[in-house]
Amino acid sequence: MKLLDFLKRERKKSASVAKERLQIIVAHQRGQRGQPDYMPMLERELLEVIRRYVEVEQDAISISLDSEDDCSVLELNVTLPNRG
Amino acid sequence: MAKIIVVTSGKGGVGKTTSAAAIATGLALRGNKTVVIDFDVGLRNLDLIMGCERRVVYDLINVIQGEAGLNQAMIRDKRVDNLHILPASQTRDKDALTEEGVERVLGSLSEEFDYIICDSPAGIERGAQLAMHFADEAVVVTNPEVSSVRDSDRILGLLSSKTRRAEKNQEPIKEHLLITRYDPMRVDSGDMLNLQDIQEILAINLIGLIPESEAVLRASNQGVPVTHDQQSDAGQAYVDTVSRLLGEDVPLRFHEAQKKGFLSRMFGGGRR
Ligand SMILES: Nc1ncnc2c1ncn2[C@@H]1O[C@H](COP(=O)(O)OP(=O)(O)OP(=O)(O)O)[C@@H](O)[C@H]1O
Ligand SMILES: [Mg+2]
Repeated sequence: MKLLDFLKRERKKSASVAKERLQIIVAHQRGQRGQPDYMPMLERELLEVIRRYVEVEQDAISISLDSEDDCSVLELNVTLPNRG
Repeated sequence: MAKIIVVTSGKGGVGKTTSAAAIATGLALRGNKTVVIDFDVGLRNLDLIMGCERRVVYDLINVIQGEAGLNQAMIRDKRVDNLHILPASQTRDKDALTEEGVERVLGSLSEEFDYIICDSPAGIERGAQLAMHFADEAVVVTNPEVSSVRDSDRILGLLSSKTRRAEKNQEPIKEHLLITRYDPMRVDSGDMLNLQDIQEILAINLIGLIPESEAVLRASNQGVPVTHDQQSDAGQAYVDTVSRLLGEDVPLRFHEAQKKGFLSRMFGGGRR
C-alpha cells in the first residue's frame, strides 16, 4: 500500500514537472519576443568578454531591452560566482 | 471575402493535416463554401487524408507559376458539395512558393469562397511562414507534451510578428488553441499535461479538444476525413470545434476519462 502510494505520487509528478519546465521556457521565449535580432549575438559576445575576466556559467548572464517613451534601456544582469 | 484560417503548430506530426481536413469538411457540411490548401510542398499529405490522391493533376505551384488555372488545379470533394482541395506539389521544392504568388492565389480564392483553410508544413521556416502570412485566424494544434507546447509558443510569436496583419499593424490574427491526441486517462494518472495547464501556459482561447482516437487512423486509412465518422469521439469533437469557429457556444466534451462499464471492462471494449 505504501509502495503503491509512493509510485502514484511519483507518477503525478511527471505532468507537473512538465508544466513547471514549460512555464519557465515560455516566459523566457516571450521575453525575447519583439527584441531585435542581434540580441542573442550580443548576449553571446558580452558573455565572452566577461569570461576573459571571470569564470561564469552560460546562464549567468541575461540581457533585455526595454523601450520607454523616448529611449531604450539595455539591462545587463551578470551573476558572479562567490569569492573565495 | 473569405476568412483565411491557418492550421499550424511548429512541431511535426501533431495532427495539423488531420485537423485541416476535418475542419474544412465540417465547415463545408455546415454550408460554407470552403477550400483547403496544402502548403506542405514536397511532402503532400492532405490529398491522402481527403481521399482524392488519384485525382491530383495540377497543384498550388503550377497555379503560382501560371502553368494551370485555379479551376484546373482545385479538386472538388466527392462527398461534400461546396468543398474543394488545392493540393501541394510533390516534386517541386519549397522555393517555388513565393509571397506574391500565394497572395495572388489567396486573393482570387477569396472572391469565391467563404473559408480558406491553409494546412501548414511543420517547422518555423519559410513554408510555415507563408502558410500563416495572410491568415485572419490561426488554429494552433498542440499535443499535451512539452516540445509541442514549446513549439506552439514559438508559432504564437511568429503569428504576432511575421504575418501581414502584424506588419501592417492591423487587428492581430485571432489565435485558437486546438489540443489534439488528448488522453484523459493519462491525464488522470498524472502522466500527461492537462488542458487547463496547457491553456494557462499558452494563454490563448481554447477552440477544441480532440481525444486520442482510433477513429483517426481508420479515417486516414480510408481517405475519409474523420468528421464524417459521427459515431466516433474524434469526429464529434471536430464538429464541436467547427461550431465554435462559427461562433457558437458549445460545451467541452471528451476531456474526462470514461468510466468503463462492467461489460466493456469484461470484453475490453476499445475506444471508438
Ligand atoms: N486525435 C488523434 N488520435 C490518434 N491519432 C492521431 C490523432 N490526430 C492525429 N493522429 C495521428 O498522428 C499522425 C500525424 O497526424 P497528421 O499527419 O495530421 O499531423 P501533421 O501535424 O499534419 O504532420 P506533419 O507535421 O508531418 O505535416 C497521423 O498518423 C495521425 O493519424
Ligand atoms: Mg501535415
